[in-house]
Amino acid sequence: MPEFAPAFAEIFLAVGICVVLITDLFLPQARRDITYILALLCLVGTAWISSGIELDASPTILFSGSFIADPLSQFLKIFAIAIVSVGFVYSRDYLRERGIYRGEYYVLGLFALLGIMVMISAFSLLTMYLGLEMLSLALYAMVAFDRESPIAAEAAMKYFVLGAIASGILLYGMSILYGVTGSLRLDQLATKLMASDPGQWSVLLGLVFILVGVAFKFGAVPFHMWLPDVYQGAPTSVTLFIGTAPKIAAFAMAIRLLVEGLGSEAATWQPILTVLAVLSLAVGNILAIAQTNIKRMLAYSTIAHVGFILLGLVAGNQAGREAALFYTLIYVIMAAGAFGMVILMSRTGFEADRLDDYKGLNARSPWFAGIMLFLMFSLTGVPPFAGFFAKWSILAALVDAGKIWLAAVAVLFSVIGAFYYLRIVRLMYFDQGLDRTAPEAGLDLRILLSLNGLVLLALGLFPDWLLRMCAAVMT
Amino acid sequence: MMLTLTHFLTLSAILFSISIAGIFINRKNIILLLMCIELMLLAVNFNFIALSRYLEDTAGQVFVFFVLTVAAAESAIGLAILVIVFRTRQSINVEDLDSLKG
Repeated sequence: MPEFAPAFAEIFLAVGICVVLITDLFLPQARRDITYILALLCLVGTAWISSGIELDASPTILFSGSFIADPLSQFLKIFAIAIVSVGFVYSRDYLRERGIYRGEYYVLGLFALLGIMVMISAFSLLTMYLGLEMLSLALYAMVAFDRESPIAAEAAMKYFVLGAIASGILLYGMSILYGVTGSLRLDQLATKLMASDPGQWSVLLGLVFILVGVAFKFGAVPFHMWLPDVYQGAPTSVTLFIGTAPKIAAFAMAIRLLVEGLGSEAATWQPILTVLAVLSLAVGNILAIAQTNIKRMLAYSTIAHVGFILLGLVAGNQAGREAALFYTLIYVIMAAGAFGMVILMSRTGFEADRLDDYKGLNARSPWFAGIMLFLMFSLTGVPPFAGFFAKWSILAALVDAGKIWLAAVAVLFSVIGAFYYLRIVRLMYFDQGLDRTAPEAGLDLRILLSLNGLVLLALGLFPDWLLRMCAAVMT
Repeated sequence: MMLTLTHFLTLSAILFSISIAGIFINRKNIILLLMCIELMLLAVNFNFIALSRYLEDTAGQVFVFFVLTVAAAESAIGLAILVIVFRTRQSINVEDLDSLKG
């Protein structure tokens, strides 16, 4: 008789999604708020159950070794649920103004979250694949959510084709590893690989295919081609969704597959990951400078930040993994805030996605210009904002691991990256805009967005508790 | 001639390469891309079944059932997106998908 309790949060969410889906069918368009509130209640319930799960000292493994419940999974799940809730609150006005305020948006979002939670707790190759597909299929549909928009349809098609290729390549890698080790469980995979002689070409082949899949989901160069197109083409609320919670899933996937499953092959994947990380830093930061569309610019900035997260894994020590976790969390908060600002600035018939739309924001709304300043400084890595400590902990881990030249490269590209973030600050404070109207939005969006900016300052001033938490869960 | 595991794995690798080549060489039609993606998943299934038989372990065959199910869901979503692309552009030519770049 399997023990279900540690997986109860996922079960609750799956049931909750069905309730939201069925209820929504019977609601007229004017009562769509009920779906929205139900979806949020569903998230609150899932978070409450996840946080209430009591864990033993050693990880609990369920369902014949396909599901793991450990402190890391609990921490990441609660964080993912929180960030999805924030995304839902941000996007309500946006969806309503564009006539796409439909129940399917919330159902797809919740399904994506379920996929993320399955990936976070995946302990066999099969669960990892199923979680990944659940997340990806929901995201493809979300990108195409605005059915009247030609660019959204194009972005969805590109995302779908490239995503399906990446999943196919990942699967091929999984089948090779299955052939080599005879097992799908990550712990048995690790033991078998440890026992076999290192540097077998079949293991290497499987490893490379798996790395391609992980790099694609992260959006690391040279598998980043989908990212700018999808970020630009998708409705901003969907961009916000794609830019935040799936990054947590990608991080979990990297930790589970590369560190827990293929940890004994670290000497092989670390050099490959180093190349991906350095290329991501270079391409992301340099191409972001040339952009005039803020969503596209933030997409290239994502690629650069992914480079930093991968550097944490490249360091290969405990401090590096903790730093990568900390960076992922801080980056997700920053991305939520930045796309939240784009949503705040936009209104019916105006997407606010050009950099020029931010000219003179300080004259129109000093408070939100200040929040945007916080976000941009944090993305740049200016102390005392949280982004600084995230970068600093990665650099410290790299220096500890003796990879000083990598730390130097990372610093160099961060300095280049500062240019395009600070350009937005200049546009807001020192340029005159043609548009004189202050951004309008509901109270919920304004309060939450302000909190989002202030949290980055608070985490920058007092980073200790989150750093300690990261160290505690990453064992 | 006796068929060994190597024969099966080679056939699967050939199918996989054909699908990858098909995706990169094909510049005309999105439906062909979807077919190549299906072929890729089938190549993986072939790999799993051959290895499962060789290892005498059923987990690989169970994996194939899941991959088949996911592949069905995936083509449903792919074709739905294809319909939207056709409705907004009146074309399913790969070369016409070029309004996003930079």
